[in-house]
Amino acid sequence: MKLPITEATANAAPPPAPLARAASQVVQRDASPTVQKDASMDRQKAMLAGYFSELAHARETGRKVVYTFVPGNLTELIRAAGALGVYPEVNALQSAMRQRSDGFVREAERLGHNEDVCSYVKCDVGMLASGNIGPTGEKLPPPDLLLLSYTGCFTFLKWFELLQKEYGCEIAMLHVPYQADGTVTEDMRRYVAKQLATEVIPKLEKVTGRKVDLDELAELLRRSGRAEDDLVWVLDSAKSRPSPIDAYFGGVYYVGPIFTAFRGTEDCEGYYHDLRGEVAARLARREGPVMPNGVLAEERFRIVVEGPPNWTHFRDFWRIFYDEGAVVVASSYTKVGGLYDQGFRHGQDRDPLLSLADYCLGCYTNHSLTARVELLSSYVRDFGADGFVINSLKSCNSFSVGQLVMMREVEKRTGVPGGFIETDLVDPRYYSQANIKNRIESYLQMIAQRKASA
Amino acid sequence: MALFVGIDLGSTTSKAVVLDEREGILGKGLTNTRSNYEVAATVAREEALDDARLALLGRGLAERIGPETDRLTAELRRAWVVSRCVERLHALGARVAQNAEKGGSPTDAKAVRSLFEAIEGEADRVFAPLAEDRSRFFRDVVSARFFADATEAAQRGALSYEAAVNAYDQAIVAVENEEAPLPAQARIGTALARARLEPKERTLLEDAWRGLDEKALEVGRYVGTGYGRQLLPFPKEQIRSEILCHGLGAHALYPETRTVLDIGGQDTKAIQLDPKGLVLNFQMNDRCAAGCGRYLGYIAEEMNLGLHELGPLALSATRAVKISSTCTVFAGVELRDLLSLGERRENILLGLHRAILLRAMSLLSRSGGVNEQLTFTGGVAKNAAVVHELRALVEEHYGARTINIHADSIYTGALGAALFAKRGGGEGLPVAKRPKRAAAAPPVGS
Amino acid sequence: MSSNVTEADEIVRRCEALYADLSLSAVKSWQASHPGRPAIGLLPIYVPRELVHASGALPVSILGGGDQIDIVKGDACFQSYICHLPRSTVELGLQGRLEALDGFVFPSTCDVIRNLSGIWQLLFPGKYVRYLDLPQAMDPSTGGEFYRRDLEALGAELGRLPGGNAPTTESLATSVRLYEENRRALATLRQLRAEAPWLVPLDESYLVVRAGAVLDVEEHTELVRAYAAAATRRRRKAEDRIRVVIAGAFCEQPPLGLLRTIERSGCYVVDDDLFLGARWIQPTEAEDRGDPLTSLALAYLNRSVVASTRYQPDGLRGEDLVRQVREKRADGVIFAAPSFCDPALLDQPPLQKALGEASIPFITFKYAENTGQFQAIREQAGTFSDSIKLWGEG
Repeated sequence: MKLPITEATANAAPPPAPLARAASQVVQRDASPTVQKDASMDRQKAMLAGYFSELAHARETGRKVVYTFVPGNLTELIRAAGALGVYPEVNALQSAMRQRSDGFVREAERLGHNEDVCSYVKCDVGMLASGNIGPTGEKLPPPDLLLLSYTGCFTFLKWFELLQKEYGCEIAMLHVPYQADGTVTEDMRRYVAKQLATEVIPKLEKVTGRKVDLDELAELLRRSGRAEDDLVWVLDSAKSRPSPIDAYFGGVYYVGPIFTAFRGTEDCEGYYHDLRGEVAARLARREGPVMPNGVLAEERFRIVVEGPPNWTHFRDFWRIFYDEGAVVVASSYTKVGGLYDQGFRHGQDRDPLLSLADYCLGCYTNHSLTARVELLSSYVRDFGADGFVINSLKSCNSFSVGQLVMMREVEKRTGVPGGFIETDLVDPRYYSQANIKNRIESYLQMIAQRKASA
Repeated sequence: MALFVGIDLGSTTSKAVVLDEREGILGKGLTNTRSNYEVAATVAREEALDDARLALLGRGLAERIGPETDRLTAELRRAWVVSRCVERLHALGARVAQNAEKGGSPTDAKAVRSLFEAIEGEADRVFAPLAEDRSRFFRDVVSARFFADATEAAQRGALSYEAAVNAYDQAIVAVENEEAPLPAQARIGTALARARLEPKERTLLEDAWRGLDEKALEVGRYVGTGYGRQLLPFPKEQIRSEILCHGLGAHALYPETRTVLDIGGQDTKAIQLDPKGLVLNFQMNDRCAAGCGRYLGYIAEEMNLGLHELGPLALSATRAVKISSTCTVFAGVELRDLLSLGERRENILLGLHRAILLRAMSLLSRSGGVNEQLTFTGGVAKNAAVVHELRALVEEHYGARTINIHADSIYTGALGAALFAKRGGGEGLPVAKRPKRAAAAPPVGS
Repeated sequence: MSSNVTEADEIVRRCEALYADLSLSAVKSWQASHPGRPAIGLLPIYVPRELVHASGALPVSILGGGDQIDIVKGDACFQSYICHLPRSTVELGLQGRLEALDGFVFPSTCDVIRNLSGIWQLLFPGKYVRYLDLPQAMDPSTGGEFYRRDLEALGAELGRLPGGNAPTTESLATSVRLYEENRRALATLRQLRAEAPWLVPLDESYLVVRAGAVLDVEEHTELVRAYAAAATRRRRKAEDRIRVVIAGAFCEQPPLGLLRTIERSGCYVVDDDLFLGARWIQPTEAEDRGDPLTSLALAYLNRSVVASTRYQPDGLRGEDLVRQVREKRADGVIFAAPSFCDPALLDQPPLQKALGEASIPFITFKYAENTGQFQAIREQAGTFSDSIKLWGEG
């Protein structure tokens, strides 16, 4: 793949006026106490607000509501059935960023859920028990269908069993086999596609009363593919020095629309077109990423990160990296909703159901540890990283089990030492700023020492 | 010539090491961290600088009088430590009496004053051990003595034990947190007067003191490390992580070290080094403090033992009881459970020590194992049972390996920091803020 | 063998020795008497052992190191918030105690076992490591078809191992029959325990079932039958204890001490889900003359036990637990789940709700396979027993 820097000036659309203005504002570091943002972040925020409002009025507008998970989500199919998707993980992480997850988790534990289990589940159960008020403050509609696309995480299964017991609604289960040997076989593809045809689509149609038009679905998938091209370009821009983006803390915003309800929409396509322009402009100016405290002045470390972020202290966590001049140039978390950078695009296979099957099978946590090691090692090499950090989460066995072994393997393959920290998704009791700061700083100092002595 | 100072602000103790330009250790300081890192840093630094001053004095003297120097400087050092303790004793005594007075009991205040006078009368006997044993602090010694005396006085009816202890508890915290050591120049007189020396010898030392080159005692650079390092008033370039400092310090003590295991109060670290002492990889314990020094602290409390008694007791065990959890939260429960089943205390203790080492072994394995010499540092390295288990487990899992444990291993981090101060770039002398001086009584004889 | 009452003790002693033998001497002696034939390690919970058996290999269930092993390198691979079984299993592997095994099958039990398959690939390159994705879609045309083809592939792979033979229709039919007999013997023992638990203490029956982890199936079937027969002949009287069902211990196994503690605290355990893989497929009397591979696949779809690791909407698991309690005439349920076991722990709230609605009392605690102290459990189980005896009659 070509380095984006060579394409930047040639291909990028000139940034629209509001973007240029946004860029000039953020150069003044720490000029005001307000958080610095890309213009694309504001656009995304508006998209989300509109969507949650649409959800809040789903009953009046007669739209049916489908709950589903981010990895292996069938957003285009849900759209083709005329329904609206709700993503419980996103609700949980949004609650955490708004400091509300603590109460929800405790509520779930009060209801008998164990301290040992996944905090996403507990946050969701607690939110439901507290009136199902979503992150934007509007009440979330109950599901008409639970679409259990069970990809790369067993807890999803238990999670929707619990919800189904609460709501007593229809549930459709899609079993996505695991890529234990790093390959997708024809049997696996056909198994998934057949379940789509015989289980998922009939239940969607039953709930919405609307026939799924496969041609319309194919069109939505192709539109997703175009947005995915732009996303990949953006993620790839981090190969430049300095990187114009942070591919983890910033990256979670960049993947927001494409991992959730917007994939396949014109809004989504437009968002990624603009985002690409914004990043291209930064690249042309040789500017570093926009971080909450401003544009990073000096890129001192280039880091690859494995594992989801902690959401309850997202900005504090980011700040530790920012203060040390550490930019995340690639991350695995931004691949949980699809490994687009490895070539997959929606609509690539002309058969829309096989295309969706390929998508589900290819999500990051559905890959074997060996494949994950290879991916992380290639990130370290291809993005010229000085180090890699594993943020290991108490909640998420799918990610966490084996990370210590993976770390040693990546070290062996790249010669770069790994850093290891432990936090949680949305349970603030498992995040200690002093502890994490100590480790990250120690790690980066070690990296600096190695760089100096090299 | 200038000095280079490393300060290691640990969660339980704070250490300082002073190096000369040839990276030789001139002085060391050690204090309990209390709840105030800033004071702890100042106390450790001043002690180390005083130590360095006495070392330089010794060097000068050795050129003139040769082998006799050691005896003279040892005696001066002893007297110096005692004098410093007496300074603190004064501040403390005044504060306790004042508290007793505020508590509305002039009788108690009076009794307290006479208790402190009595301790001061025996100052040489009471405090001299501190010059030798650096693991004990002023607070330990004076508290033990005061409580004993107060009990006895209360039995005589001379004071109310409760009032005295209350007054004392408030005072010791306050005094420790506002402690500012006297400048060395203000102490040398008392120390020389206290030293048991011939008049001729005293004159020799006095001359040597006057002859000290103050320029040689200027600090060229500080580097700070340790859990509380962020609180040091140093610019960022002069802060190094414990990992780097322990690595470099261990390498300085034992150049063949390739692996360092440090078990401190709050965390355990396994560090892999290259032949130059640079860190190749490291691992720290996970969030919970299970298996760290603090765990032994809980156990000691639970068994009503002193921390230093644990190791020897464990070594007298006949077998190790299996302990399933090194969780500090469950330690007490499991302990009581085992005791109630009639298990011998020694055997339980050996099991506990083994459990700690099993966790440490996992960290070592995570960081890359023990392939060559291992250096064991941190407060827990003083525990003989831990050392014994470590040797056995390393041999079992990695074969025969040299395990280094330095008598001064507690200073490893500070030594590494001092080495960074010596070698590190960045010019300029940072001005470490000094806490405001305590309003203590002037030292005797000044 | 003589049929006196000590025969049962004799059998249990042998089983306990098999249980304690972490170096798999029994497997090695099987290999000595079956030269060149492979032995395959199977991780919890369920792998169709028939298929392994039909390839000429010895299926060996791996259930962790229990409380008999110090963990060093195993802990180096896992964070503190992950259950204990994978630690001891990795420790056993790295200590060379699993060397008798020629390959490993990791079923799709949970994220931990799934990723353990990847850890195994990384730690033991060159070993045969197979992940078996048991279907969650129970429709024969989707999950059934996928699973059958996967079993076919697995059989072929086993056949390619040194000393292995791809299962034939005949060999598979034989294996299916032998395991069906084994399941019937186990069912008889289970039934006996429900009827007369004073004759069949929990630790004994567990050890007898557990012996099947390393023994050849025919030998094990004999052993189970012999034990059941010998236990029946015991002259023991029922004590005044409550009858309980243990739920949640299907994967990582509690130490024997814990099982003994429960029964010594005033309980008879009349049913449990320990080593659930051994009785995953429910026995049937119906004779199956069809293609044995298809019947193996269909057995999974149609005759699997209700388990926390299988997708089961509509609160069926709660209903099943209530039915189990009623059928076994149990007074209550002991939820005993391993710490950090997601499937067991996530199921607890709905299961407890179902019990609550059926007015069935329960207690809950967590364990690890190396839990060493049982005082708290003794207290809890004893109090549970006393309270049911005092107030439970109404």
